[in-house]
Amino acid sequence: MSERLPRQLHPGAWWLWAIGIGAAASRTTNPITLLVLVAAVGCVVAFRRTDAPWARGFSTYIKLALLVIAIRVVFRVLFGSQHGTTILFTLPELQLPDAAAGVRIGGQVSLEGVLAALYDGIRLATLLLCIGAANMLANPKRLLKSLPPAVHELGVAVTVALTVAPQLIESGQRIRRARKLRNAGSGRRGFVRGVAIPVLEDALDRSLVLAAAMDSRGYGRHDPQSRSSSFVTGALLLGGVGGVCVGVYAMLDGTAPRALGVPTLVVGCVVAVLGIRLGGRRVRRTVYRPDPWRGAEWAVSACGVGAAAVMFVASAVDPANLYPSLQPLRWPELGLLPALAAAIAMLPARLAPPVAVRPASSVSRDVAVAA
Amino acid sequence: MIEFDRVTVTYADAAAPVLRDVSLVIPEGELCLVVGSTGAGKSTLLGAINGLVPHFTGGTLAGRVVVAGRDTRTHRPRDLAEVVGVVVQDPVQGFVADTVEEELAYAMEQLAVPAAVMRKRVEETLDLFGIAELRNRPVRTLSGGQQQRVAIGAVLTAHPRVLVLDEPTSALDPGAAEDVLAAIGRLVHDLGVTVVMAEHRLERVIEYADSVVHVARDGTVQHGTPGEIMRISDVAPPVVRLGQALAWEPLPLSVRDARRRAQSLRELLDRHADAPVAEPIPAGACLLSARRVVVRYGDTVAVREVDLDLHAGETLALMGRNGSGKSSLLWAVQGSGARQGGTVAAGLDGVDPALLAPVEARRLVGLVPQSPGDLLYLPTVGEECALADRESGSARGTCRAILERIVPGIDPDAHPRDLSEGQRLALALAVQMCPRPAVMLLDEPTRGLDESAKHRFAAFVAELAAEGHAVVIATHDVEFVAVAADRVVVLADGEIVADGPTADVVVASPVFAPQVAKVLHPDPWLSVAQVERALAGARS
Repeated sequence: MSERLPRQLHPGAWWLWAIGIGAAASRTTNPITLLVLVAAVGCVVAFRRTDAPWARGFSTYIKLALLVIAIRVVFRVLFGSQHGTTILFTLPELQLPDAAAGVRIGGQVSLEGVLAALYDGIRLATLLLCIGAANMLANPKRLLKSLPPAVHELGVAVTVALTVAPQLIESGQRIRRARKLRNAGSGRRGFVRGVAIPVLEDALDRSLVLAAAMDSRGYGRHDPQSRSSSFVTGALLLGGVGGVCVGVYAMLDGTAPRALGVPTLVVGCVVAVLGIRLGGRRVRRTVYRPDPWRGAEWAVSACGVGAAAVMFVASAVDPANLYPSLQPLRWPELGLLPALAAAIAMLPARLAPPVAVRPASSVSRDVAVAA
Repeated sequence: MIEFDRVTVTYADAAAPVLRDVSLVIPEGELCLVVGSTGAGKSTLLGAINGLVPHFTGGTLAGRVVVAGRDTRTHRPRDLAEVVGVVVQDPVQGFVADTVEEELAYAMEQLAVPAAVMRKRVEETLDLFGIAELRNRPVRTLSGGQQQRVAIGAVLTAHPRVLVLDEPTSALDPGAAEDVLAAIGRLVHDLGVTVVMAEHRLERVIEYADSVVHVARDGTVQHGTPGEIMRISDVAPPVVRLGQALAWEPLPLSVRDARRRAQSLRELLDRHADAPVAEPIPAGACLLSARRVVVRYGDTVAVREVDLDLHAGETLALMGRNGSGKSSLLWAVQGSGARQGGTVAAGLDGVDPALLAPVEARRLVGLVPQSPGDLLYLPTVGEECALADRESGSARGTCRAILERIVPGIDPDAHPRDLSEGQRLALALAVQMCPRPAVMLLDEPTRGLDESAKHRFAAFVAELAAEGHAVVIATHDVEFVAVAADRVVVLADGEIVADGPTADVVVASPVFAPQVAKVLHPDPWLSVAQVERALAGARS
């Protein structure tokens, strides 16, 4: 294999990989397995993230994940029904009227209950970290760029909307500062009149200017479309997306009927692709420096899908390992197949092409400064 | 290339048309400058070129506009995208993408230009505007001049034959404006692009123009050579005013023209009039004294240990590049902005305004921010004035009376957003003047003001100074400084690099010298009015 040039992997590949691991994690509550999966994800992030601003927040995601676990456990301790025999401690119980039967506040706290909440929290946290990792490895805005032409306008709308939030904050700060200068009357009514209305006016003005600028630059140029064909396109797209949603839900929820999962997903995908093809026919536009989809992209997304597949197999072969018993309490163990899944999940740390350390231009500028 | 045939534009609910019976032809490869007072319909004329008027703005357009053979009645702006490139006034508001490179490619993506061609054109445009090293930078982090060049580049990648620019240099410091104008000049001379440009800062652009379109207040237009139009125009740069005052024929349009004609004037002034002595800075009581003021945002130091004293009766201009710390210094001195170090002592008791409640602080130091509209939020001018009186505890009618002094005759029922730039500034200034602060700080007040509004504003500032206020004006407008300020402080990278009487600081400076000073160099004449007074004195 010749030496690979540094480049950015297609964002779609990273997202497929992350979703695959998320699907794998959803198959188990075994904390050891989940932690190994998290370690695999963290390892890939450490090796293959860029130094872009969105790639610097893994610690934030970890804090968020810990918060999710903590909330889950605390709620279970306070409100959950505590089946189990190993009582850790007893909280004062709030006596509720009969109408609220089934709801419990306080009372005995069992080890089994707390562990169940902890396992569940870890699973949620793992899913969250997978999404976080995808976010850091691939700029979500670049993912929008790779959208098919039919939904391109939607992508632009999202991009523009994403810039609105910081702008609103900025104009809010500016106007609040100005208000302080004038020391206008305080109070809620004063706030609405003095800050909210000017900020909204500002936002409206900006969006009108932006709309005019985009119009002048050719945004929204396409061939006229007949009513019936736009109806067909819309129906196909909506139906397809609906199918995909139902399919994914059925796949991830272990209790849903088997027949609902894969077939609905496949049919939904086909219908959506048809709709996108049909809609894209009338749009003429090109993409600047499109992200290529090459071997590395196939490999990375295969790793995600592979990890998920191994866990699906594992759940058929050895479900006891994936859902460790709480009654009786048993120490969870790392099974062979889950370990294999984690190993596959970690492969992109080597399979993905190395990242460019920093943009070439800033290097040359530094060199110029040094000279 | 651009043809207007008896065009009349009337907006909905408007009593009179904005443009009246406009017929003109702008040939290919011309740089055409659109001039006129604010609100005269310059933007409407520009918008009509690519069909934004009336397709986007509404209103009715009678007559015909044809650009490169395409009629705007049947072509929407997006259908003209490869023919006309439009750059909006504030380039940041027109940016769609995040990074420079993607922004440059955006228009081509919409026009379905093949990927290989796009790649090549982006590289060419990066080189043409000298912005190659910015290619991966987020557009919002660039300086004003860089943003303006990126915005022009971004429409140019679609290879339009007409470029429409709305005040491309108004918000820029003199150096950045030079960069942008040089880029525009290259497009006209090397690539044969037809450029139509509206600009208030005539002194910067008039010498590059091949023709000028003058939009009068009643909506009629005249189109002719710069020399012809400057004779009848409402607005004119100082060199033209100087030529008019001395009845030079033909009128000079550039400093170079005027300097070649000015030999005899310089001799006359030398013989008969005393060169204006740098007026001694009025040594009133010290109203505000700032010591070692530091403002920093994270790692960037915006203001670096600046000392500043303000005296009664003084008008101080704060100049310097965009981002040199002018605004930060004003806000820090006023007390409501960030200040990480140093002391500010205001008033006779020498209190720090940052420690006072806002209502007390504004009695000592007032500030009008860069966008004066931020201060206003009520639906009518009358209500704004009444509220300003209540907030500041002044007698009823105080604010209205101040407003009348700055700009007389504003309709009290008008909405502040419907006022012209100059009227809005006047209202914001009147609101802030209500508690009669001893020190008044103004951040970029002349942006968007036309010549007559600037004159009125300068006259009011002079009145304030005469009443014993100290006025500080942060600005890029060298011509305004020459007329209005008696002391100039130049900031660079947060430090004061020059501080002294206006003539001493600006006359010898290549960037900050006003046109009259350049024409009559080395004598320190700053404004046409000064020269006229001296000549009148010499004749009598």
